[in-house]
Amino acid sequence: MLPVALVLPQLLLTFFFFLWPAGQAVWASFTRQDPFGIRTQFVGFENFTDLFEDPLYVESMGRTVVFSGSVTVVAMLVALCLALFADREIRGRNIYRTLLIWPYAVAPAISAVLWILLLHPQIGAFSHVLRMLGIGWDYKINSTQAMLVVVLASAWKQVSYNFIFFLAGLQSIPRSVIEAARMDGARGWRRLRTITLPLLAPTTFFLLIVNFVYSAFDTFGTIQALTQGGPGKATETLMVKVYRDGVVNLNLGSSSAQSVVLMVAIIALTVVQSRFLNRKNAE
Amino acid sequence: MNGRTDWAAHIVLGLGVLLFVLPVWLVFAASTQDAGAIGRGELSLIPDLTNFSAYVTVLRDGAPGVAPVGRMLLVSAAMAIGIAFGKIIISVLSAYAVTFFRFPFRMLCFWTIFITLMLPVEVRIIPTYAVMADFGLINTYAGLTVPLIASATATLLFRQVFLAVPDELVEAARMDGAGPLRFLRDILLPVSGANIAALFVILFVYGWNQYLWPLLVATDQRLDTMVIGIVKMVGADTATQWNQVMATAVLALLPPVTIVLLMQRWFVKGLTEGDK
Amino acid sequence: MAALVIENLRKSFGATDVLKGIDLSLNSGEMLVIVGASGCGKSTLLRLVAGLEEPTSGRIVLDGRDVARLDPAERDIAMVFQNYALYPHMSVFDNMAYGLRIRGLSKDEIGKRVQETAGLLGLDALLARKPRQLSGGQRQRVAMGRAIVREPKLFLFDEPLSNLDAKLRVSMRAEIRRLQRRMGVTSLYVTHDQVEAMTLGDRLLVLHKGVPVQLATPMQVFERPADVYVAGFIGAPSMNLLDAALSHDGTAARLKGGFLVPFRDGKRPGSDGRRIVVGIRPEHLVPGPEGLDVTVDLIEPLGSETVLIGRMESRELLSIKLPGAVAGIESIRVALNGEHLHVFDADTGLRLDP
Repeated sequence: MLPVALVLPQLLLTFFFFLWPAGQAVWASFTRQDPFGIRTQFVGFENFTDLFEDPLYVESMGRTVVFSGSVTVVAMLVALCLALFADREIRGRNIYRTLLIWPYAVAPAISAVLWILLLHPQIGAFSHVLRMLGIGWDYKINSTQAMLVVVLASAWKQVSYNFIFFLAGLQSIPRSVIEAARMDGARGWRRLRTITLPLLAPTTFFLLIVNFVYSAFDTFGTIQALTQGGPGKATETLMVKVYRDGVVNLNLGSSSAQSVVLMVAIIALTVVQSRFLNRKNAE
Repeated sequence: MNGRTDWAAHIVLGLGVLLFVLPVWLVFAASTQDAGAIGRGELSLIPDLTNFSAYVTVLRDGAPGVAPVGRMLLVSAAMAIGIAFGKIIISVLSAYAVTFFRFPFRMLCFWTIFITLMLPVEVRIIPTYAVMADFGLINTYAGLTVPLIASATATLLFRQVFLAVPDELVEAARMDGAGPLRFLRDILLPVSGANIAALFVILFVYGWNQYLWPLLVATDQRLDTMVIGIVKMVGADTATQWNQVMATAVLALLPPVTIVLLMQRWFVKGLTEGDK
Repeated sequence: MAALVIENLRKSFGATDVLKGIDLSLNSGEMLVIVGASGCGKSTLLRLVAGLEEPTSGRIVLDGRDVARLDPAERDIAMVFQNYALYPHMSVFDNMAYGLRIRGLSKDEIGKRVQETAGLLGLDALLARKPRQLSGGQRQRVAMGRAIVREPKLFLFDEPLSNLDAKLRVSMRAEIRRLQRRMGVTSLYVTHDQVEAMTLGDRLLVLHKGVPVQLATPMQVFERPADVYVAGFIGAPSMNLLDAALSHDGTAARLKGGFLVPFRDGKRPGSDGRRIVVGIRPEHLVPGPEGLDVTVDLIEPLGSETVLIGRMESRELLSIKLPGAVAGIESIRVALNGEHLHVFDADTGLRLDP
């Protein structure tokens, strides 16, 4: 039967590389191996209770929220500001747009390299300036500075993605609505706050979730290249921790439990997002 | 507007452009300078346009611990193109099936595909790795690409594109005597050409920029991608050859940035229409 | 010989019966127009004949072969769609050639046939263009060309003119008629526009809620509508339909206000007091010394004629069409010309003839 043959490749891939491993993760999260990896034992929710009683994990959760929140806010605010100005009718706006869009193509890990060159304690072009100003700059030692660097590098890369969506959102606002607001005498900040931003709300909400997911999961390469989660555990987000516990330290039960927690988080975000979008579409 | 120059806009956008261009410019400048000088923090803003030796070195020999960049470029390109084409083909077929045909378990198929939206590779790395090991796909090209080929985003995008095709066009083709596969080839694919191009850009960038997955599944140096290679070079604590790192970074940036710039128009449209 | 025969064709979507038994027979070369309000099932009927929907029961016999269960590709039928449905990525030439290529015609033959058809439709100069570079009228022509070039056994038209502006619609209407006569291809044409129906069809089929209510030539439908629905549907402005009762031994009607209208053409069946509907077209009401008194509410000048909308003493609405320009009248007395009366049964809606 033709349609079945057409969906089959995707279904097979989905089963073997999504559903099966996800099921395995769920199963493994309820089991524990002895230190030699010989016997596997069912332990119920023990991995999860251990996880949430582990102060390191709880700290990592808090750190991830702070990190992702900061990246989201910085990347979205800068992008919104740029999009508002790029939406104006100015000379050369197509050139500006092009010059603001290309960083989309930069890999998160590569953006780390760019920021090393700016902020590396020894070679960073900007580090000298900071030191001349009397700031003891070394993100390899200072936890706060380390967090700041990974936030900046991660947000930098995401700005152009947000810019593209904000600009598209702005351009989809009907001209007649803006013109009606002008006839009503709304201008400047007031028009922005009462007309433009509310009409941009669906885009903003969509981007909030995308950015949060991006900064929680896709920044692994950036952090790995900049700080490897250090100094200490100052930049160890949940993603870095899953990798360390699972791949480096081979603690499968705990790592699987962590994966399951992340999956639940993503599912929750996706459900919230699709419900919101559905409501929007229904209106 | 009114012939007056909007200085505020030019200043803000100019700063924005500077924010993006300056770091890349610095990387380019650094790639042409002496490693020792960079290491001492004596980086010049002006590139030395007579010195591209770092490029020659990395392309031919690579850096300690990583493959030659020439090879990494090939691996990255093969991975990005493989993922892009693989995803497009698989998604077109499945989206075509769920959009244009009625068959048993159609909605079950659709939801099975849709649910993968909620399972990004990052959250299931360890078990997926185990599956790969069972299939013997560790350290293979197939291992790098195949698991990343199945994902819901492209299928959902094509479904939306196909749903927007007018029923009458489908019926006209039926009246003309075109069978299902012929309709797909002669009508549906050409009509969706712009969307396919847009998706190609997005997927190429996605594939080129992968880090975590190749890190896990390809430990063999011969399968190092550009991104993996650079992080390795930066992480090597012993006397980093910064000019070589920067030259590699420039080479890693060029292909995806070029593709995005060349196909900017389609790409922007495809991205904003598809994801919402 | 009958080119197309439809026997007891039914179609239900779930519990909804869209077509409740259609019987139809088309002569070779005939143009039959199917007309009705939206939702009457006319498009479904066309799509069943095309093979785009499968009938619930019944037969569709084309040139002696039952095609009701065949795929559209196997029926040798061409269709002109409402939105033209041109392939947007193909040139005009390729749009027309596509069906021929699928049928495996030789390159030379395809080129020859497309050129011929393009000549017929005045599309010669546009063959290399894409649909988006064409005007609405040109697209319409290409859609026609795509159907003609196939030389099918049957043409189907699905409201092909409804997307054109009024002026273009008139000229394309004439052109469709000219081409169809010249090619002599049996055709089914669906429309909700009664002017199109009247001018294009050799015969009309009026559909109402999935039931065929009248099948006749346009003039027969106009002059002798089979029931109240057809009477109200065909003709503009619509025929006046007045409640009345049979009187004087079946030789006259008594309107609501007591006004008596004698029939000129003979006695209608039934006893006095039988509830009937009397129909008279607005153009058949003429001012006179004797007749109905009407208070005029609205005057609609149409240029060469004027439509008055007013109320009779019984409060029923009445429209009157008068030649020339009329202005500033508040009331008028009109005679009901007994020769042009239509009489229907009030319960069944069916026409009552002498």
